[in-house]
Formats: sequence, C-alpha cells, structure tokens
Amino acid sequence: MESTPQFVGRSLYDLDDYSSDEIMYILEAAKGMKEINLREYKKIPTLRGKTVCTLFVEDSTRTRMSFELAASRLSADVVSFQATVSSLKKGESLQDTVNTLNAMGIDLYCIRHSSPGSPQLVHKYSGKPVINGGDGRHAHPTQALLDIFSIWERLGNLKGLKITIVGDILNSRVVRSDLIGMTKLGMEVTVCGPRTLMPANMEQIYGCKVEYDLAEALKDADIVMGLRMQLERMTEGLFPSLEEYSRHYVLSKETIKYAKKDALIMHPGPMNRGIEILPEIADSAQSIIVEQVANGVAVRMALMFLILGGKL
Amino acid sequence: MTTLIKNGIAYINNRFSRKDILLKNGKIQRIAQTINLDKVDQIIDTSGKYVFPGFVDIHTHLRDPGQTYKEDIASGTRAAAHGGFTTLCAMPNTEPVVDNIASVDYVQRRAKDLGSARVFVIGAITKKSEGLEISEMATMKSGGIVAVSDDGNCVQNAKLMLNCMRYATNFGLPLIIHAEDYNLSGKGQINGGKVATKLGLTGISPLAEEVIVARDIMLAENCGAQLHIAHISTARSIELIREAKERGVKVTCEVTPHHLLLTEEACLNFDTNTKMKPPLRTEKDRQACVKALKEGIIDCIATDHAPHADFEKAREFDQAPFGIIGLETAFPVLYHYLVKPGYLSLERLVEALTSAPVKILNLPESALKTGNPADLTIIDLGAETIFTPESILSKSKNTPWLNQTVSSKVLYTFLEGRQTWKAE
Repeated sequence: MESTPQFVGRSLYDLDDYSSDEIMYILEAAKGMKEINLREYKKIPTLRGKTVCTLFVEDSTRTRMSFELAASRLSADVVSFQATVSSLKKGESLQDTVNTLNAMGIDLYCIRHSSPGSPQLVHKYSGKPVINGGDGRHAHPTQALLDIFSIWERLGNLKGLKITIVGDILNSRVVRSDLIGMTKLGMEVTVCGPRTLMPANMEQIYGCKVEYDLAEALKDADIVMGLRMQLERMTEGLFPSLEEYSRHYVLSKETIKYAKKDALIMHPGPMNRGIEILPEIADSAQSIIVEQVANGVAVRMALMFLILGGKL
Repeated sequence: MTTLIKNGIAYINNRFSRKDILLKNGKIQRIAQTINLDKVDQIIDTSGKYVFPGFVDIHTHLRDPGQTYKEDIASGTRAAAHGGFTTLCAMPNTEPVVDNIASVDYVQRRAKDLGSARVFVIGAITKKSEGLEISEMATMKSGGIVAVSDDGNCVQNAKLMLNCMRYATNFGLPLIIHAEDYNLSGKGQINGGKVATKLGLTGISPLAEEVIVARDIMLAENCGAQLHIAHISTARSIELIREAKERGVKVTCEVTPHHLLLTEEACLNFDTNTKMKPPLRTEKDRQACVKALKEGIIDCIATDHAPHADFEKAREFDQAPFGIIGLETAFPVLYHYLVKPGYLSLERLVEALTSAPVKILNLPESALKTGNPADLTIIDLGAETIFTPESILSKSKNTPWLNQTVSSKVLYTFLEGRQTWKAE
C-alpha cells in the first residue's frame, strides 16, 4: 500500500472536501490498518521521523487516545497539547500557540476545539495539514469515516442503505459529518428528534429526511444510531426532562421493532445508558458500538498514513 | 485659500450637470457654468470626474476614548476623508460610554483639533448604555448631541424604553436603536439559517431584530417619539417599517453597505470579517434591502464603521468581536456592485449618503450650494480602488473587501475648503 499525491499534505476539515472515490480509498486503507491492529506487535515503521501533534483545546480522552495510538502504531512521534494544563488557559491565543508548536517541527496537527472553523485557523497559522478531531457543532469527519467504515465492513456495501440517527441533532457535529459522507456514498439518512433539537433547513442542506416521531423515523431502517443526550440542554429550555425525552426517543427492544429485523445499532459514545439507549440494545448482538471504537484507530491510522505520504 | 474646481460633473439638486465651483474662506463661493479667475491658490481640473457634496455617516464608531488601539478620532476621521465623508456622527459606546456632558465635550474638542471630518456626537440613551436608568440627555443636548443611542446594546425593558422615548422627545432628541432581543439572539454568531446549521455556529434569528423593531415602533407611535432604526437587515423589519410609515409613525431607518451587498453565504469560509451585528442575512433579505432603499422605505445608508484590531479578529470565529470597518469602502463598493450594474441609480446613492442622513438627524445641509460650507468630494468613477492594509487609513483593517479591487476612486475630499484627502 502507498499514499497517493492527492492525499499528501492535505487537511481534513470535513468530508465535503473529499470525493466519494477518495472516501472509499481511505476506507480501503483503513482495512489494511485494521489488520495491523490485530497483530501481536501492532506497529509499523512507515512514519518514523514524523511528528504528530494532538492539539486538544476541548477535553476528550477517547478521541485523543485514538489519534495518539494511531500515530504511535505508524511509528510517528506524538506530542500532546491539552488546553486544561496549558498556555491557552493563561490567555494565549490559538495563533501564538500554533506558532510556538510549529517552531518545534510538527508535521501534522489533530485538533479538537469548541469553536467551529478552528482547524482551518490552525492550518492558516501553521501551513501544515490538519485533521479535524471535532470543531464545536460543525464537523467530526474522522468519526463519520469510522461510522461509514463500520457499516461498510459489516454490510459489504453502502448504496441504498437506510440509516436513522436519533437524538440531539442540533448540537451534534457527528450528525453533520455523517450526513455529508453517507449521502455522498448513496445512503439514505433520516434524522429524528424533538423540534427544539432540530436545526433549520436540514432537508435542503443535506438532502436527508426529518422526522419528529421515532416510530415513523425507524421504519425500514437498516442501521439505527443513537446520540448522546446532554443534560445542559434542559437549562437552555430545549426540553423539560431526561425522563420525558427518554419516553419518546429511547432506543429500546420495543422501539427498535420498527426498524428492519437485525438492524445494526450504533452510537458515537459516550453513552447515557437508560436515557437515549437501553443496555438491552446497546449490548445486543445487533450492536456494533464497541467495534466503532476499534475502527476509529484504523481509520485515523489510514488518514495519517495517506496525509504524511506513508509507504507499506 | 481659494480653490477652483473646473469642469466637474456636479451633483446639485439630485441632478448632474457640468459646473465650475469656487471655494473661498471655507465656503462655496460660486457655482457657475464657467468661472475664470487668475488669482486662485489651486485649480483642479476635474473633466470627466464627479463632484459630490461631502458624504455624511450617521453611524460611526471612532473608539475614542478608551479603545484607541482600534481607532481614534484622528485616524477615524482620516479614514472618513479617504472615503469621501466630511461629516460623521460618533456612537457613544466608547470606554467610558458617552453618557455625560464631559465625554461629549471631549469628543467634540478632539474632533475640532485633530479631525479630518466634522464630528457630531450621539449620547447614550441609558447610563453606561446598561439599559437600567435614563442618561442625562438634556444636559448632553445642551452640550451639542444630535441624537441618543445605546448602539451595540439594546434596552430590553419595554417600560424603560417607553420612558426614554418620552424623555428624549421632551428635549427634541431622536432615538437611534440597535434592535436586538438578547434572549432571541443569545450566543448567536451569524444569521440563524442554512449557513449556521451547516457550520455548526449558533444562529441569530431574524426575530431578534424584528420583535424589537415592532416593539419600538409601537412605543414610538404611542408617545410621538422620533425613532431611527439603525442597520436594518431583514425583509420583515422593512415591512414593519413600511407599515409604520404608512400609518404616519415618525420612523426612519438606515442600511449598511454590507447588508446591501453580502449574505450569510459570505461566512462559509469562517472569515471573521463577515461577522457583525446584525448578521449578514439571506439573499431574499438583501434584495429586500436594495428594493427598500430604492423606494425610500429605507431612508439612508450608514456605514456602522466598527474597527477591531487584527489580533482580535484573528481569533476563532465564535471568539472574534462583531463588526467591520466601512468608511473607506462604502462608496466604492456600493458604486461597483450596485450602481455600475444598474441595480441602483447614482443619484439615489448620493442622496442616501448626503441629504437623506442629514434630514434624519437635522444636521447642517450637505449640498453643493453657494454659501454652504465647502464640504465636497471628487470621485473618478472610471478609476479603480484596491483596499490593502497599506491603503486603508483606519487603524483597523477588518473588512471583507480586503485586497479586492473595485471601480471608482476618491480623488479629493474637502472639509470647509481644506483638503482632507488627495489621492496619489
């Protein structure tokens, strides 16, 4: 396997910058990476001498670990920047932070930030490729890639598959990137949640279906994805209680009946068991939630490999 | 000092005609078909160029006192001259807020000493523009303010706003409002619409503006206040104003160049120079603004010149401040994008930058007329302007038109016969 010039040095802000062929190329590469992760010695020397920086201005343990493992397994050096213990906490601007890091010779940035558009800013100030690890409510393209990879690996194809995504659509960067990637690859996406958690113009922007009723939304779904319901949305006056939310939108044995038999169950994590999803579903044979996490490392390895011009 | 401007195409009484104009002792001494004089200090041949009355901006943030790293009275008025403006109205949201006569005096005195433009002062509606108590409007009026405004802020309490209107009316002061319901706008960054959804940025609903426009029209109607609505941005707001005008409510409004020319789509690349309040709206709203300006439902154009330093705008989108500069770009971009392609007449553009704003705030006339102060600008519509960090005279460079080239170029600006700008 070898990277191709079209990927080398390129940033990933969101999936709309990548064609369906390019996305499929990444998925194929991820397949190869997954094989490496199943070996006893999970390491290849391809990115030796390269330095990857995980620049996490918003807390996230899981995604950061996934990026760092991915880089280590390709033998890149990894430096980790965490906002909570850093100069950003002391009021340094992102521009100055990036200038400082860049002076140390970073080859690739993986950034998580609460502000939409900050990956573009990091690229602007560093001139280096940037992988977006989640920017506010805007985008989370590596999550979307691992979601798509997980479906593709299980079901063998993507075109014409129906997926229903349920929950806090308004605040989800995962949904936005999933919508771009999945519709690009020919999947039919339905989003479902209460009106107060549904952003404006979804159908027009993404060509998806919008449903407010769970039973209606789940009809004929091949895949069902739950989203984390966050407690703080209550204080924003968007819904009255987790209990009432759960009563109408929980993924349970009972509600999942509306979907196709054996529909795949997904969740980007972390889960609120008992609120958006019941354990009876999360831990069922249909669930690929744990697999998603494993696939995340493979997909991120594939991206780093392609962007940093790796060779196998 | 005498200056003779020869062969220019002069804007007089809303029409264009070829005239010679003689400036003497700070006044327009003569306007005639042909003036031939031997003893003048300066003759400017303006064949094929346009001579307009000095432009008037009733919505400028000079940032002085308190934020002079963004702009000060000297740099802001130099920028004005560069854009063809000779008269500005300074908004009071400085540090401290201009809510007292001492601050009014400061701005007026500095402008007189250093200014390349005439500056009128707008006082705050409420103390510190906090929306809690009425400011000393009457005292400030005696010090020379021309209107009151809490611009940048909006009085949320309707009862207090009604009292402010009644009080301002008592002293003959117009009120300029920045219409924004804070609960509806919340932490919004750009227009609440398609682009906000796509970018994951919090939206500012058009309703945030419209409910206050509706409220303040009703309050003004109730007490007979003279209400001027700043930077109108939505089609529905315009409808509300149209209806109010038809009912005879004393309401006027302004629109900015950016709301006439740009939409929320401009935010798609996260350029913080597309972030301002009210936000850039939809194409439908933009077209409604252009139409209403043509029809006179929108009375005038104002820049909402809002300088912010590079390091402030070079932030993450949701952490960057709201606002863009406008004095230097206003005429060239409006000419290039609206007049040249035929969406708006040159006559209406000039009217909306001169006699219309003057009428709203009852300012001294800005017109090419014998005996008037010699405030004018000479513009070559055939030349081009490029806005670069070097060419922009404002201390701040926060404009979405940075590094863009547009038709027309301001060649000269005169304030009371004194040359305040000359192009190289």
